[in-house]
Amino acid sequence: MSDNVSSLRQPAGSAGITALTRELAGLIVAALNLEVPAADIGPDQPLYGEGLGLDSIDILEIALVVSKQYGVQLRADSEDNERIFASLRHLAEYVNAHRTK
Amino acid sequence: MLAYRAGAPILVREFLADVARVGAAFGGGGNVLNVCVDRYRFAAGLAAALAAGKVSLLPSTRTPEVIAHLKRFAPDAVCLTDEDDCDVELPQVHFPEPPAREPARESPFTAPVPRIEAGQRAAWVFTSGSTGTPVPHEKTFGRLLDCMAVEAERLGLTPHVSHAIVATVPPQHMYGFEASVLLPLASGNALTAERPFYPADICSVLAGVPRPRVLITTPIHLRALVAANLAIPDIDLIVSATAPLSGQLAADVEQRCRTRLLEIYGTTETGSIAVRRTTETAEWRLWPEVTFESRGEETWARGGHVEQPTRMCDVIEVVDRGRFLLHGRLADLVNIAGKRSSLAYLNHQLNSIPGVLDGAFFHCDAAGDAAVSRVGACAVAPGLDAAAITAELRRRVDPVFLPRPLLLVASLPRTSAGKLPQEALRSLAAAQPKPARAV
Repeated sequence: MSDNVSSLRQPAGSAGITALTRELAGLIVAALNLEVPAADIGPDQPLYGEGLGLDSIDILEIALVVSKQYGVQLRADSEDNERIFASLRHLAEYVNAHRTK
Repeated sequence: MLAYRAGAPILVREFLADVARVGAAFGGGGNVLNVCVDRYRFAAGLAAALAAGKVSLLPSTRTPEVIAHLKRFAPDAVCLTDEDDCDVELPQVHFPEPPAREPARESPFTAPVPRIEAGQRAAWVFTSGSTGTPVPHEKTFGRLLDCMAVEAERLGLTPHVSHAIVATVPPQHMYGFEASVLLPLASGNALTAERPFYPADICSVLAGVPRPRVLITTPIHLRALVAANLAIPDIDLIVSATAPLSGQLAADVEQRCRTRLLEIYGTTETGSIAVRRTTETAEWRLWPEVTFESRGEETWARGGHVEQPTRMCDVIEVVDRGRFLLHGRLADLVNIAGKRSSLAYLNHQLNSIPGVLDGAFFHCDAAGDAAVSRVGACAVAPGLDAAAITAELRRRVDPVFLPRPLLLVASLPRTSAGKLPQEALRSLAAAQPKPARAV
């Protein structure tokens, strides 16, 4: 995994969050082989269910990518998991607050 | 010790008290859809249903279509739930919590242990069938226990030692129903209420229970667990099922977790019937009283705890009596993360959508090291867009079967004989400009 994310190191402001959102969209599309271009995933579009249509298998895959790229271990019991995956923006905010790299 | 929740032990007498309490809450009716998320509550609900002579219903998914079918199958069914926002459209019975935990433990009162006849119908489990109607399969109490007696022995669980059994799979799925609920109850081991999902959750639940520890899981969770850079607590045995493990992943798991990894093979209809240690052999060892017989191209399982002779959905090579090799699935079978369906069933559902004139699902080629390979679909549906078709499918089939991609086409690539080769569908999909899917 590349380590060229130093410009985004915490704490990021809203511009940083926006950039992180785009970066996460790219990681998700690559990890899940999605057909939708990363740029088409809106920051507030739901990731689960009706929105992007991801399921729990995908969520586990995203968790893996997030742990490798940012050193964030997602926990179902410590945070409101549904909220984290409510949208790309929520995921970015969570990653920004908990990243270790 | 019957169970652990948040690392705290739950004793048999507390369980019996909970079983009596759930039984009193059930009311009339002979069937229970037990959707409890907490594995301990699921187990108490199962035992209460058994004690009351009720049958637990275990459908493979809970889409509105499936619930509607369940209502026709068992009009008196109630739904036992431990969630406040349960959306199952059946009369709901909320899992009754004891007024306070501590007094129950101190109480000298012990509810009697219910006696269950071996021939009692314990559950109906369902497979998707091929015509749009789920197919019920009966599970009798004695045969479920027979299967678990062999499983405990084949997994090498030491008798009279209480293993803490942690599972990442739901108790309602046949594999989880057996390995994470029936196995501990039937073999004197302890189940764990939680269902950890992320690698960090798995590690923390394991760390919260005493050794010896058993982890009941799947290739998808194992792949995530070994890839995550975490300190994995000692695990005395790992069991995987739902899809065959690659030899490489099995070796990685054994090395990273410093333990034995066994794979179980089974189906919803037969339950568990074989086991192997993947790092030692590709051969599966059948349960001693279960046999395979060839009928033309098909392999059927029968005997032992198997309720009915059952056609297997995999290509099986019998090596000798009791040993066999798996050579992939039959062409029609779809198995994604332990959820089983068939192309015929999915095609039926797709073609049942008003406005879909023709449609067919196909197996996608597994991409790279993706955790699972999915299904795609082509549909001829002038006037509908992909989002509308996906929304309709979501009502009818489990979300893992939603097609990726779903392509709207002018016609399906049928041969002159009317056949629809899978390869032609994949080629058609590959030739489509991206993206054509609903987002």
